[in-house]
Amino acid sequence: MDILGLFIETGFWMACIRMATPLIFGTLGELVCERAGVLNLGIEGIMASGCMGGWMWVYMGGSLWGGIVFAAFIGALFGLLHSVFTVYLGLSQHVTGLGITMLGSSLSAYVFRMMLPKATTPPKIIPFQTLDIPFFKDIPFFGEVFFSQTALTFLALAAVIVVAFILFKTPLGLALRMVGENPLAVEAQGLSVFFLRTLAVCAGSALMAVGGAFLTMSAFDAYYIGMVNGRGWICIALVVFSSWKPYKALAGCLLFAAFDALQMRVQQQAGIAIPYQFYLMMPYIFSIIALIIMSRKAAYPKALLIPFRKGER
Amino acid sequence: MRLEIRENTSIVRLVAALFIAVGFAMAVCSVLIIWGGASPVDGWILMIKGALGSKFAVSETLARATPLIFTGLAAAVAFRAKLWNIGGEGQFYIGACMAILLGTRGEMLPSFVMIPYLFTAGAIAGGLFLLVPTFLKTHLNVDEVVTTLLLNFVVLLFVNWLVFGPWKDPMSMGWPQSEPVLDSAILPILMAKTRFHLGFVIAVLSAVFVWWFMAYTTWGFEIRAVGSSIKASTFAGMPVNRTIIRTALISGGLAAMAGVSELCGMKGYLTTDLSPGFGYTGIVVAMLAALNPLGVVASALFVAIIYIGADSMSRAINISNYIADVTTAVSLLSVLVAVLLTKYRIKRG
Repeated sequence: MDILGLFIETGFWMACIRMATPLIFGTLGELVCERAGVLNLGIEGIMASGCMGGWMWVYMGGSLWGGIVFAAFIGALFGLLHSVFTVYLGLSQHVTGLGITMLGSSLSAYVFRMMLPKATTPPKIIPFQTLDIPFFKDIPFFGEVFFSQTALTFLALAAVIVVAFILFKTPLGLALRMVGENPLAVEAQGLSVFFLRTLAVCAGSALMAVGGAFLTMSAFDAYYIGMVNGRGWICIALVVFSSWKPYKALAGCLLFAAFDALQMRVQQQAGIAIPYQFYLMMPYIFSIIALIIMSRKAAYPKALLIPFRKGER
Repeated sequence: MRLEIRENTSIVRLVAALFIAVGFAMAVCSVLIIWGGASPVDGWILMIKGALGSKFAVSETLARATPLIFTGLAAAVAFRAKLWNIGGEGQFYIGACMAILLGTRGEMLPSFVMIPYLFTAGAIAGGLFLLVPTFLKTHLNVDEVVTTLLLNFVVLLFVNWLVFGPWKDPMSMGWPQSEPVLDSAILPILMAKTRFHLGFVIAVLSAVFVWWFMAYTTWGFEIRAVGSSIKASTFAGMPVNRTIIRTALISGGLAAMAGVSELCGMKGYLTTDLSPGFGYTGIVVAMLAALNPLGVVASALFVAIIYIGADSMSRAINISNYIADVTTAVSLLSVLVAVLLTKYRIKRG
C-alpha cells in the first residue's frame, strides 16, 4: 500500500489523535509555566508521577476520574516544589527541573515496587473506554476519528481552549503573561510575582501529570518503569515549536503525532528493510528538527529563566 | 520573606551546608524506608556495610565511582560555562562505541599504547558529538538542554541497533552484546580478585587536571567568565562562542572517557545496559560538589556509596533499590538550597 493511501484511512487518524493526547497535556502544561517565566524541566518526572499515581489510584479501587484528579494533585505538588525552589529561592531552573525529574521518576518507581513487590507481569486496570457516542460515531470519517476516542482526549482539547481563553482573554492571563515578560511591571501594579508564577507552575504541572496519567489510564492499562520515555522532553521542544501559543501547540502535537503514526505504519509495511531502531529514533529527531526550524526567530518570554528578587533588578 | 546577599562566604560554612543537606536527604529517605516497613537505622547501617564493610565492598564502590567522576567532571565543566550539557549519557555511549570500534583490532599494539589511544579517540569522538548541539546553540539559537537530552535517546537506540545487528557477537549465545575488546585494551585490575581498575586512577588524575585547568589557565578563566556573564565577557573582548565550543569539547570528551573506562575496565564488551544512567547521575555529582572538580571526586564516592550500599541493603531488608535514586535526587535538591543559603540569608519582610 502506498503512503498516500494512509491519509484517507480512519485508523491512521485515530492513532494520530490518540498519540497526540499526552503531548497536548504536556505541551500545554509546559507552555503555561514558560509563559509565566519558569522553565519546568521537571516535566519528564512529573509525567512519570502522574502516570504511576493515577494508575495506582485506580488499581487500589478508586474511580477513573478520581485517578485523574489524584494525578493532577501530585503534579501540582511537584509544581509547588519547583516553584519554591525556582520562584521563591531563585535557584537555577535547569538544575532544579532536572532534580524534580529525577525525584519524580525515582519516587514513582520506588512507590510502585514497594506497593506491588510481587508483581512479575505488570498488573492491569480497566482503562477509560472509547466514548462511542451513538449516531455521532457513525458520521463517516470525522465521526469515526473523533468519537472513537476516550474522554481524556476531549479533556485535552477542552484544556487547549480553556488555557487559550484564560491566557489571552482574562485579566489573570494578562498578568500571567506579563510576569513572564516583565515581572517588575507586575510588581508595580501591586500584584505578587511570586504568587502568579507559583500558580502557573502548579497548574502547568497538574496538566503534565494528567498527560502522564493518559498513558496508563487510556492508551494502555498497565504501568511500567520508564514508560514516559522522553515524551516530556519532546513537549519542551513542541512548546518552542508552537511559539508559546496554545492553538499552535495543539497543531504541533497533532503534526508530531501524525509523523509518529506515519513512521509506525511505514515500519510495518517496509518490514526489515530498515532496522526498527531507526524508526524509533524518528520522534526524537523530528523534535530536534522542529527546534532547529523554529529557534531562529523564537520569541522566548523575556523573563524566562530569570529569577525575580524583590528590590533587585 | 526575602533573600539578602551575605557579604562573605566561608568554605567552612559551605562544607557544613553540604553535610546538613545530605543529612536532610537521609532523613527524608528514612521516612520512605519506614513506610516500606523496615528500620531506617538498620537500613543505613546495612548500606554503609554494603558499600564500605569489606575489601570487596570498597573495591566495588571505587569501581562504581570511576565513571561518575568522569561524568561529574563533564557536567561540572559545562555548567561552569552555563552550557547545559545534559547529554552525558549519550556521550558516554559514544565513548564506549569508539572503544569497541578501535579496541577490537590491532593485535600488534601493546597495552600502554592501546589504552591511551582508546581514551584519546573516545574523548575526541564524545567532544565532537557534543559539538552538534553546541553549534546549534551558538549559531542557530537552539536550546541545548532539549537537543542534548533528545540525542541521548537517539544514541541509545543506535547502540541498541549495533549490538542487535552489525556488532552482535556470534559467540554470545544470542545475547545482544558486541565482541569483546582485545586483551591489550582491558584496563589492569588494581586489587586482586576485584573489579577495581586503572580507570579510577585516570579519573582522579583527570579531576586534578580539570581543577588546574579551570583555576590556573586562561582558557579555564574564560570558561568561568562566560558562565558568570556573557555580556561582560564579550565586553572584555573574550571569544565567547569559541569558549563555549572549547567547553563542549572538554565536557563531551570527559563524558566519553567514562564510557571508555567503563567498557575497558568492567565488561569488556558493549551492551545497552553498560550505563545505568551515569550521564544523568553525573549532573547530581557535579552539583553536590558545587561544580568544584576536586569536590567531584568526593561526591562521586558519596553517590557510589549510596548506590552500592542500596543494592545490598535492598536485598537484606526488602526495600526497592530505587531508594538509591530517590536519595540522590533529594540530596541534589537539598544541596541546591544549602549552597544558596551560604550565599544568601533569609530576611523577614
